[in-house]
Amino acid sequence: MLNDFCPYIKWIMIFPFAGFLVNLFFGKKLSEKVSGSLASAAILLSFGCSLLCFRALLGLPEGTPALKETLYVWFAAGTLNIPVGFRFDNLSAVMALVVTGVSFLIHVYSMGYMRGDRDLKRFFASLNLFVFFMLILVLADNPVLMFVGWEGVGLCSCLLIGFWYENMDNARAGKKAFITNRVGDAAFLTGLVLLISFLNLAGVPGLDFDSLKANIGSLAGYSVKGLPLLTVISVLFFIGATGKSAQFPLYIWLPDAMAGPTPVSALIHAATMVTAGVYMVSRLFFMFEISPYALEVILYTCAFTALFSAVIATLQSDIKKILAYSTISQIGYMFMGAGAGMYAGGFFHLTTHAFFKALLFLAAGSVIHAMGGEQNIFKMGGLKGKIKYTFLLTLAGWITISGIPPFSAFYSKDLIIEEIYGSGHFWVWLSAVATAGLTAYYMTRLFKITFLGTPKTDAHAREAPPVMLVPMAVLAALSLAAGAFTGWFINFSGGEVTDARLPFLVKEAPLAAGLAGIALGFWLTKENLAAYLEKVFKPLHKLIYNKFYVDEIYEALVIAPLKVLSESFFFKFIDRTLIDEGMVDGTSRSFYFAGEFLRKAQNGNVQLYALFFAFGLLAVLAYILAAAL
Amino acid sequence: MNGENLLLLSFILFSLSLLVFLTNRNLLIMLMSLELMLNAANIALVNFAFVRRSAEPAAWLFMLFAVAAAEAGIGLAILLMLARTFKTLRADLINKLRG
Repeated sequence: MLNDFCPYIKWIMIFPFAGFLVNLFFGKKLSEKVSGSLASAAILLSFGCSLLCFRALLGLPEGTPALKETLYVWFAAGTLNIPVGFRFDNLSAVMALVVTGVSFLIHVYSMGYMRGDRDLKRFFASLNLFVFFMLILVLADNPVLMFVGWEGVGLCSCLLIGFWYENMDNARAGKKAFITNRVGDAAFLTGLVLLISFLNLAGVPGLDFDSLKANIGSLAGYSVKGLPLLTVISVLFFIGATGKSAQFPLYIWLPDAMAGPTPVSALIHAATMVTAGVYMVSRLFFMFEISPYALEVILYTCAFTALFSAVIATLQSDIKKILAYSTISQIGYMFMGAGAGMYAGGFFHLTTHAFFKALLFLAAGSVIHAMGGEQNIFKMGGLKGKIKYTFLLTLAGWITISGIPPFSAFYSKDLIIEEIYGSGHFWVWLSAVATAGLTAYYMTRLFKITFLGTPKTDAHAREAPPVMLVPMAVLAALSLAAGAFTGWFINFSGGEVTDARLPFLVKEAPLAAGLAGIALGFWLTKENLAAYLEKVFKPLHKLIYNKFYVDEIYEALVIAPLKVLSESFFFKFIDRTLIDEGMVDGTSRSFYFAGEFLRKAQNGNVQLYALFFAFGLLAVLAYILAAAL
Repeated sequence: MNGENLLLLSFILFSLSLLVFLTNRNLLIMLMSLELMLNAANIALVNFAFVRRSAEPAAWLFMLFAVAAAEAGIGLAILLMLARTFKTLRADLINKLRG
């Protein structure tokens, strides 16, 4: 274990932070180009450092799983000792490379997309800060430091969703994302506190991931309120993950988060931050694995989420909302991979998804740009000829996400679906296959309505500049080609490709579902047929179109009672009555009344004062005498 | 002359002056009774000097003389100003500081 120290790890994080500081404090003095180039260069350097670490990692001798670097002790109290330590192992290597690589491409894209925005420097500063926190989350060597990154990316997400804060809706969407995340974070933190305190109780207080992995078994005997402790902790951590990774029931913030600039949606709300939950579950998989029921909870919740949000996506008309629901659904797949017992499969899907979903979002941004800010796909159409390159790039994204071989999502999705079948959850498998079909359907629908058919407006659509097209092309190449590395990747991230002989029907079911979805996507969206179906299934259409009224249910069940409680109890009673009137006004009023009473003693008669004085003297005298005798 | 008697004298003088201070309304008389109270204290100190065969109480005695003299000076000056302002020296009529 002598050679596991790596001095490059900290530089992975220092560069984005430096970029953030420069853009924050000197942004006003920089020109647009310099600001954007600086931010991108910071990420590129960070990517370079990740590559250096990656090379060092591959050169490690057998049995040394990770590179480590500890900067200093953050805080220590009793047996609790939290160092700022980083760990570069197979999991965090993949994440760091994906995060810095995709971030770099999206930074470059942003230079074109955000051109002319008057807050451009704030944008790049926030984006750099986000990458910094994301890397802390990924590289942290203990769950507490991971939580720092976890909160940091949440903050940046909120800042960037509400980037155009003059519009109240955007600010509200940022707030919604932040508050929904807090719910999950509270659970995560509770789990963390439970974990730390019981580890201490068991006498194994080490919190770095190596010690955790070695010692987690010693917690197996404990229970809280009759439930096995590990299950409680795992489920609490998973609730934290549902907040960050937008799974049911805390997914509601992600569709609204589309209010942010499109590069933000691509980077934070598709490729990196929302997958933090999957990363966390993979990172702590050794705990989830031995916790009874925890994996089942993940599997069922996320299978439901994947199907549910895919159904919603089929009837949305906002191009970014469709992609947002698709993201929720795809993250559901990643969790299902972990839930079925092979987190490496979920992790591979995380990586391919980062490529193809970032590509789709960037392409959507390019379309929105070309349409002058229009996001409704029914107002587009016939864009094929007008923006040829964006069309081709979206085509690549579309066939990838639909699960057509030999492109990457085919392999990553199939791996997960097969693993679910292998783990014996037939109904979950069926729902995963159905989700694959639905995915192909809604993406085909989006693709057809946007690019094919007749133009709805004769507005002149302008193709994006090369600074936007090149990053998309790189992502497209990655999405198409990443499938070739499936076997290597799975082995690298700690799984193994089982060559299970599945029945032919089971093996080919996801592909068949995908092809059927594409066919239906072309057929059902014919205008007269779509209108006919809408009329026949009117209540169902309305239910799905309105997203199963989940937001309204939350409004009625959670937000409205909370508002009433805040208004009548916390505001009117606690704040106004108790604090304002009781404590603040009450203090001054009590002094006033005391003065009103005591002023009667001040009658201006000197001799009366003297009399009191004499009595006082007598009293003192009496006291002294009594003591003396 | 023994200690007991001197202490008794001091006590009687103090009590009488206190009585005068509390009952008389003329500020000049009140000031005079204050001086008498200080003198009562002086007598007590003389007694202690006798009883303890020590010079220390006597030293305090002279300090007290000085204080009494200074106090009389300031007190008379204040009384003069009061008399000039209010045209009276009756304590119950000078009650501008009533709350």
